[in-house]
Amino acid sequence: MDRQMEYVLSTVKERGIRFIRLWFTDVQGFLKSFAITPAELDIALEEGISFDGSSIDGFSRSYEADMLARPDPSTFQILPWKGGDAGVARMFCDIVTPDGEPFPGDPRYVLRQNVKRAAELGYSFYVAPEVEFFYFEDSSPEPKVLDKGGYFDLTPLDVAQEYRRTTIDALEQLGIPVVFSHHEVSPSQHELDLRHTDAMTMADTIMTTRLTVKEVATEHGIYATFMPKPLESVDGSGMHLHLSLFQGDENAFHDPSGEYELSKVARGFIAGLLTHASELTAVTNQWVNSYKRLVGGFDAPVFETWARNDQSALVRVPATKKGKIDSTRIEYRSPDASCNPYLTLSVILAAGLAGIANNYELPPEMGSDVLAMSPTQRRDAGVRHIPHNLSEAIATMEGSELVREALGDHVFEWFLKNKKREWARYEQHVSRFELEQYLPVL
Amino acid sequence: MTSPTAYVAVFPESSSPSLTGALLSAGFRPVPVSGVSDAGAKEPEVGWAAVVVEIGRDPDVALAVASKIREELAAAVLIVLDRTLSGDLIDRDGFDDFILTPIDATELRIRLARIGSGLGSVPDADIIRYEDLELNTGTYQATIAGQPKDLTYMEYELLRFLVENPNRVWSREQLLSRVWGYDYFGGSRTVDVHIRRLRAKLGEQRASWITTVRSVGYRFG
Repeated sequence: MDRQMEYVLSTVKERGIRFIRLWFTDVQGFLKSFAITPAELDIALEEGISFDGSSIDGFSRSYEADMLARPDPSTFQILPWKGGDAGVARMFCDIVTPDGEPFPGDPRYVLRQNVKRAAELGYSFYVAPEVEFFYFEDSSPEPKVLDKGGYFDLTPLDVAQEYRRTTIDALEQLGIPVVFSHHEVSPSQHELDLRHTDAMTMADTIMTTRLTVKEVATEHGIYATFMPKPLESVDGSGMHLHLSLFQGDENAFHDPSGEYELSKVARGFIAGLLTHASELTAVTNQWVNSYKRLVGGFDAPVFETWARNDQSALVRVPATKKGKIDSTRIEYRSPDASCNPYLTLSVILAAGLAGIANNYELPPEMGSDVLAMSPTQRRDAGVRHIPHNLSEAIATMEGSELVREALGDHVFEWFLKNKKREWARYEQHVSRFELEQYLPVL
Repeated sequence: MTSPTAYVAVFPESSSPSLTGALLSAGFRPVPVSGVSDAGAKEPEVGWAAVVVEIGRDPDVALAVASKIREELAAAVLIVLDRTLSGDLIDRDGFDDFILTPIDATELRIRLARIGSGLGSVPDADIIRYEDLELNTGTYQATIAGQPKDLTYMEYELLRFLVENPNRVWSREQLLSRVWGYDYFGGSRTVDVHIRRLRAKLGEQRASWITTVRSVGYRFG
């Protein structure tokens, strides 16, 4: 028993914790949880708690059903909601087989492998997300907005600021610093910008943030959703990711003598993202609905280009504030907050590292001018469109050795199978569009 | 012990190795002093936890020094006495307590704790204090002004390291290797993340306990 485990056991005793929730994430990014009592905590920490993996999406097949959830004591945290005196804590778990081997279908393991690869090259990977979401009155299929507020609006239109404030308090208590939050462009839409952490911590943090946002909404009798495009006529919810690589104390993306102060590493990373963007998209935008957000006219990227300070590019390079070289970073703008963060950060990191390792050439900067070009001009300039739909994204991913390697065979194959099934179901669906457009006239 | 380091002045300078050994194993830091003025000069900022005077071949000189230190430095004095000479001291004063040779470290610790300044009760080796912050290293609990703080393990360990090693600048790399250990690949910016969280949890008034030393690292206290 190491000191971290002792720390957990002692804190549970001293603070009167009655339940410990063990959290893990399935392949599609749904948070799974089961609770144990303090009496079982010793065993959980030493050996793990066994559960039936065949009932979890993307986990084991039924003949290899037994899995162990082994809590990671470094993630032990008392949960701030439910009154405060409830005495509930949580830990994220690593999933292992009964032999104690890491289970390759565990998204946390997948990301850990990718982060390790970066560490072997001397890099640590830092991420700061902008998490967007909507508040609705409930989860019924007819979304009812709470307000008609807009970007940065304050009262009286922004009735939800109380929910946002409660959410931020809860996040801060969970050790998740919020840089700022504001009302987003669309009615009832909100954004939380989180402070950067290393990728592994951030993936856990995104899972915690999604749950916290939803818990606080539920406490207030409303509903929060990270669905990418719930309202047809307004901007959808994305999760822009601010990315940087550090070598020790040095920001590897910064070079004072480089063009735009970008280092060779940064240029390679961007080139890697652009080269492989289409292959990653099924992971970063994993639902049928994700592609309803990635259309022109709604502040979402559509073409696989990079630019400084241009909201339409897939990769944006924010200006580095004078003297703030640590903040040199790039922003990857296509992902949405309903992705699996472990897998999303895995494929993004793998693409960036591939660009560095293979010295990919960074294409010229291209901002909103790309929107004015004709399809032929774009083709001649080598500008690709982000996959138009889930089907296209799956097909592109299927041919990607890079994504296969980043996710591992198990997750790669299960993911494709599952997403093909989702697309097949969607293809059979008769939409409201069809009924409204065709039924009256055909 | 109530403070991380309790300094004990020891007279004469060439005290017996068994006394020094017993002091160390009881958790004190012995500082040899050559007399009253030397004890004054070497007195640490926190003051002497206690003064130990070993009565050797010249009891009168030793007892004179003991009583003078006690008067002038207002420090508690324990004398160490050869078992065979104890009878001669029945009527003497100028000390707070005594212990007979051979010295037992536990007895020494308890006697010093009873008379020593700031040692209050039996020394509690598990509590580290800084102003109104208390870290209990036995139960891993942190309290501020008596209120428990929810810290993660790494936050707790970082805070403990800083409180135990105050008034010097630690680089991110040093903190990473001393607190996290070598096998962590989160990178040194992780230190910044945790410092920020600690400051947030310490609260506005106490956040300044941890100062950022630009392009070097962090300092506590």
